[in-house]
Amino acid sequence: MDLHIVGAEANTDERAAVDAALGAPVTGWDGGTHVATRDGRSARGGREASARRDLLLPALHAVQDRVGHISHGALNYICRRLSVPPAEAWGVVTFYHLLSTHPAPPLVVHVCDDIACRARGADGLCRDLEAAWGPPLTHGGHRADPEAHRGAGEAGARRGWMRSPCLGHCEQAPAALALGAGADGVREEWAPVGGAAGIVARAEALERHAGAAPLDEAGRLAALCAVAPQAGSPSLRILRRVGVVDPERLDAYRASGGYVALARALDMGPASVVAEVVASKLMGRGGAAFPTGRKWEAVAREPARPRYVVCNADESEPGTFKDRVLLEGDPFAIVEAMTICGFATGAEYGYVYIRGEYPMAEARMAGAIVAARAAGLLGPDVMGRGVRFDLEIRRGAGAYICGEETALFNSIEGKRGEPRSKPPFPSQVGLFGQPTVVNNVETLANIPDIVREGGDAWAGIGTPGSTGPKLFCVSGHVARPGVYEVPFGQTLGEVLALAGGVPDGRRLQAILLGGAAGVFVGPEALDMPLTFEGARAASATLGSGVVLVFDDTADLPDMLRRIAQFFRDESCGQCVPCRVGTVRQEELLARLAAGGGDRPAAFELLNELGQAMRDASICGLGQTASSAIETAFARLDLHGFGAPR
Amino acid sequence: MSTDSLWYHLPPPSTVVPTPPAEAPRAPVALSIDGREVEVAAGDTVLDACRTAGASVPTLCYLETLTPVNACRLCVVEQEGARVLVPACSRKAEPGMKIQTASPRVRTARKVVLELLASSVDLSTAGELTPLLEEYGAAPGRFGAGAATVAQPVKDDNDLYVRDYGKCVLCYKCVEACGTDAQHTFAIAVAGRGFQAHISTELDVPLPDSACVYCGNCIAVCPTGALMAKPEFLLRQAEQWAPERQAVTDTICPYCGVGCTLTVHVQDQQIVKVTSPIDNGTTRGHLCVKGRFGFEYVHSEPER
Repeated sequence: MDLHIVGAEANTDERAAVDAALGAPVTGWDGGTHVATRDGRSARGGREASARRDLLLPALHAVQDRVGHISHGALNYICRRLSVPPAEAWGVVTFYHLLSTHPAPPLVVHVCDDIACRARGADGLCRDLEAAWGPPLTHGGHRADPEAHRGAGEAGARRGWMRSPCLGHCEQAPAALALGAGADGVREEWAPVGGAAGIVARAEALERHAGAAPLDEAGRLAALCAVAPQAGSPSLRILRRVGVVDPERLDAYRASGGYVALARALDMGPASVVAEVVASKLMGRGGAAFPTGRKWEAVAREPARPRYVVCNADESEPGTFKDRVLLEGDPFAIVEAMTICGFATGAEYGYVYIRGEYPMAEARMAGAIVAARAAGLLGPDVMGRGVRFDLEIRRGAGAYICGEETALFNSIEGKRGEPRSKPPFPSQVGLFGQPTVVNNVETLANIPDIVREGGDAWAGIGTPGSTGPKLFCVSGHVARPGVYEVPFGQTLGEVLALAGGVPDGRRLQAILLGGAAGVFVGPEALDMPLTFEGARAASATLGSGVVLVFDDTADLPDMLRRIAQFFRDESCGQCVPCRVGTVRQEELLARLAAGGGDRPAAFELLNELGQAMRDASICGLGQTASSAIETAFARLDLHGFGAPR
Repeated sequence: MSTDSLWYHLPPPSTVVPTPPAEAPRAPVALSIDGREVEVAAGDTVLDACRTAGASVPTLCYLETLTPVNACRLCVVEQEGARVLVPACSRKAEPGMKIQTASPRVRTARKVVLELLASSVDLSTAGELTPLLEEYGAAPGRFGAGAATVAQPVKDDNDLYVRDYGKCVLCYKCVEACGTDAQHTFAIAVAGRGFQAHISTELDVPLPDSACVYCGNCIAVCPTGALMAKPEFLLRQAEQWAPERQAVTDTICPYCGVGCTLTVHVQDQQIVKVTSPIDNGTTRGHLCVKGRFGFEYVHSEPER
């Protein structure tokens, strides 16, 4: 490829950031100093450079973290280093909402105004913050309004803020994410934020370099107990270590039964491990509920090598935070489970794709991987048994769609996070075109138990159609929001009761199951068993395990419009039904909210639009973008939403 | 000297003409299209099968010479047993598939897709879509006058062609033609996300500052006239563009030894456009800057 790179050069900071991520350049051809005697006669290294295309996103992150935005010079330098055409790299930069294309203040606070935080006053918080700090920044790349670039006109300011989709801290809503630029730039999750005043105070403390100190062991465990209220209960399986065993110490993990399963798996042999997972009837916990054993079997059967294991930790479904709790609270279990998976399916390398909004989870996982490698539990000779397996973390950059497995592969490969057409499925053509097992965090968290106890025994938990324990993310208007573990088979009402039910004196209005891509149910659904088959029978879905509760104070039409806005913002833009359909859906809700026009025609249009998006979109995002809205109109009393005024 | 055993002698040239290794015969794939049994070669798509069966399936982002991206979703068909509709252009035909190309679900999806496009994009020069809008009864006005569009100023930053992205349906064809499917120049890519997704150079720099080599292969594949050569653009502005008055002649490009086939479109004794046949084995419809735009000298009398 004849790269055509013209214009700006990277400054010292930008070069240093990129070189820290990629290593120093080797020749004048990949961004280093041009030495005529070496580089003057022939160009070398182009193939090697473009083979590292998957480092594009890490390099962009490095610049964003150091400088706060991706300048033309930085983009050019990265393109030279990795032999990527600048137009394609620009396509990647503008795809992700955590990458800024314009100069931004050194501290940007992303304030969640999504449904769970909105139910707990996020909108008012944003108004207060606007009064204190001025209007929010917006994302770059908006064609409709070329002036509305993130950070435009704000470059001189010390801090800025913007509204954000769900940050995965719904149990401590409202939440915010602080992203600072610079050599010592902070990446902190603030939940609960304590109102606009809390945000202002924390930002000022950061500017005085008086941010919160790192937690000690007791602090770490206490923070986890606040998120997982059942912590310490003997009945727990997936959550058994969360809030009890220090997540930063490998010895503590091993003392609590860790790595027994991997040792057992190595004794059993790959085929037997796969057989146990098949026997367990474990279904994927990310939302699609695909049998995990069948994925493993399919990859183990493929002749092609290398094969890969990918842990999907891009948890971005509004209302979902269980994977964050597992990554923060029991990271070694995920490392162990991925190692077992790699051994069982013949994969020697794995990736953990963690959303960029989870710096704490990323840090804990990174620590766990380093500790496991140092102890010989990852690397060329796992447990001294001649098995090779290693792992690396990839950080997302603000794109819900990258939770779709094939979009996630594209994101790791340094491309735009656009879903691929299936078939072929990941088990045949996955990451880098190779057979790939891709599992959700919670799915993996069940693997050590299955290996230890045997698939058949483990399948005795739950119901025959939905085996095992399940995490539910209970948030919104409940007394004790948090992540709750129950064996499959409990009813919606029982799970709600665990979280203390709706606060005293209030009445349950509606529950959103499965997140923005899920369905609304009314109070009459409290007897519904929370199982795959129970949900199916009630025309509902469990999705990723979201139980988002709205009492009678919630403004449901406002929630519906936020959900529509979410899908408009998060559509990748690849296929027509979703790219334009999500915009039209939002417009139709606005039209109904205004109360004007032909109401039956608007409803007919919404339904037809929903059907077309469900039938003709490439991936699950478009296929489910109308689901919550359609079920709300069908099942809930919206107090005349859309009626002519 | 010939008796010197140290000298190496080339073996006599073989008189056997080498043949390519025999390819294992591939079993044809039998499937049903609208109740009609058809057989296609292994590796063919559902769209190939539909065309074999004589079923008409509309396409927009599909072109024989490009890798299918199945982004427009106009070609969706219903496969018995599948949860959602499948894109005919990219889905490989499988034995025993039962395909419906005009079921109510299919027609609704196509109608809504057409409405979404027509309500957001200027389709005034997208000739192949106009009859489809009528055929499927699409009523883009249903979304109201305030519906968001991609309307924007025309990008006119070079002498050879204009880019009017208010007419862009984001079919990815130009990106593919600029990239790995033809030119390998990579001057443009899709940038932005969702409804803000658009075709762009890096940082949206003008074309002359980009990697563009002006082969014009993006124009050749653009289905909506969003990309248009300057002469056609100017004639259309002056309301002088008249395909019915154009003579179309195939000739051979005079510039280099490749000998690409050029199709010269002549209106009022003036060359107004040069294309190449898409089924030409050499060009597959693609040309270089000289073949596509280097015809000005024909009109410059003094130098001729």
